[in-house]
Amino acid sequence: MSTLRRIYLALFAIYLIGPIIVITAVSFNEKRFLSFPPKGFSLRWYAEIFVANDWFTSLMNSLTIALAAATLAVLIAFPVAYTAWRFGLRYARALFALGIAPFILPPVIMALGFLLLFTSVGINGLMVNVIIAHAIFLLALPLVTISLGLESVDQSLVEASQTMGASGWVVFRTVILPIAAPFAFAGFAFCFVLSLNEYIIALMTVGFTVETLPVKIFNALRYGYTPVIASIAVVFMLVNITVFSLIAKFSNLTRILGAQD
Amino acid sequence: MQQGSGLTRTLALIPSSVMIGIFFLVPFVLIVLTSFSVEMDNGDYELGFSLAHFERFATWFYIERALFSAGLCALIAILSLLIAYPFTWFLTNFGPRTQTLWLIYILAQLSLSEVLIAFSWQILLSRTAGIANILVWVGLAEESFAMTPSAGAVLAALVYLAVPFSVLLLYPALSRLDKSLTEASRTLGASPLRTFFTVVIPVTRPAIISSGVTIFVLTLGAIIVPQVLGQPQHWTLSVLITDQAIFNFNMPFASALAVVLLVISGSVIFAVTKLTGAKA
Repeated sequence: MSTLRRIYLALFAIYLIGPIIVITAVSFNEKRFLSFPPKGFSLRWYAEIFVANDWFTSLMNSLTIALAAATLAVLIAFPVAYTAWRFGLRYARALFALGIAPFILPPVIMALGFLLLFTSVGINGLMVNVIIAHAIFLLALPLVTISLGLESVDQSLVEASQTMGASGWVVFRTVILPIAAPFAFAGFAFCFVLSLNEYIIALMTVGFTVETLPVKIFNALRYGYTPVIASIAVVFMLVNITVFSLIAKFSNLTRILGAQD
Repeated sequence: MQQGSGLTRTLALIPSSVMIGIFFLVPFVLIVLTSFSVEMDNGDYELGFSLAHFERFATWFYIERALFSAGLCALIAILSLLIAYPFTWFLTNFGPRTQTLWLIYILAQLSLSEVLIAFSWQILLSRTAGIANILVWVGLAEESFAMTPSAGAVLAALVYLAVPFSVLLLYPALSRLDKSLTEASRTLGASPLRTFFTVVIPVTRPAIISSGVTIFVLTLGAIIVPQVLGQPQHWTLSVLITDQAIFNFNMPFASALAVVLLVISGSVIFAVTKLTGAKA
């Protein structure tokens, strides 16, 4: 069993990480042609992301959208998760369930819905469209993390501070918020990363006016191989790893993912 | 502990309600309305009631597309669970530090854009830098060849896309599994392999089924992999919806296809939940 287990784990790791290693190796190629193992060593395809105007514009678009969408999602989610937890309002719980739904549906359905909405009111191609669309699409993430955080607030702590005369606002600010904040940050970070990598909603809402990185990459793929894409993949992977490490450091990752305490 | 009047609580919910109402419910209603809309002479459409777009779907070409999508996604769900399940079981038995490190990596890969996954598999299956070169090296092939576009390439990349999701979907059930069950089985003399098959798998059956359904719905949403690694006959419903909406500007037909996709995902979730009594 133990040898069997080791062989399986090794194969699994190779299967999972192998493609990422190949992409990383390819990104260091000196020439424009695709070759593996790489010929020569160069960082020019990394420099290209920041030097080539069009790639850099897309990178900035993607970062702006992801930051704004993640902020908006947390702002929408917090009151819903808070009132559902603190007062058990039935209306808040219904909103909570509605807020989860967009994330479960195939994304192309939400994308088409946003496209129909924005064209029917005649507001096309603005960056704010995709920011709102991503915030709604990813709303489930802060909703879930924030309510997980609130559930870990000790009720006796809340009651004790109230007995000692703290007002509702003071309890919120000094007892509840410090415990919930790391989980709200986790929700923010999840949203940020997924918005950065999202393709179809960005394409259908603003694809022809504001090119995000995934949209630009897909457009470039049609014209064949470009080594810059490999270096972008590596950068994205590093960003993802950094963000999730931050979540693991500042809140409880295994708990967010459903393990028991 | 009830503080703050009912009014302030309701006021606090107004902005969120407005956002969710306008940007989730309205788009949803628009899709359904548009799918029944009536085509006008100038090629535009207006709201009304017509089944023309659904009739267009009800031809063998589109029905075959729907069946292909459903079959492909079911196969992917099964394969990715087979690959991911043993790993997730081992993962939950690792120490907390190792667990966290693996979870960070799996989350990072899971979040990686489908565009980039498609790109990396394009490289892996290419003639110049791909797996085919290993086959030549081992002596299984005469000369290197491109493995794309093909149905196998679409399948391989989509399974790769689904595996990290499968791990995270199975993780809660396996990590909450009562360890005294497996210990009891071991004390009674069962081998680890036997314990795995007779205790771990049966106990987590509901989680396996609900994860399978979720993976099915998730891969139904894949858009880029079928386009980049497959030929048009490997396109799934999601690709066709994008194609109709963005490149043919046929919103009513795209909406009708979206309704079909919604019905397929909804009924699979419903049927499996009913049949097994599992919580999906």
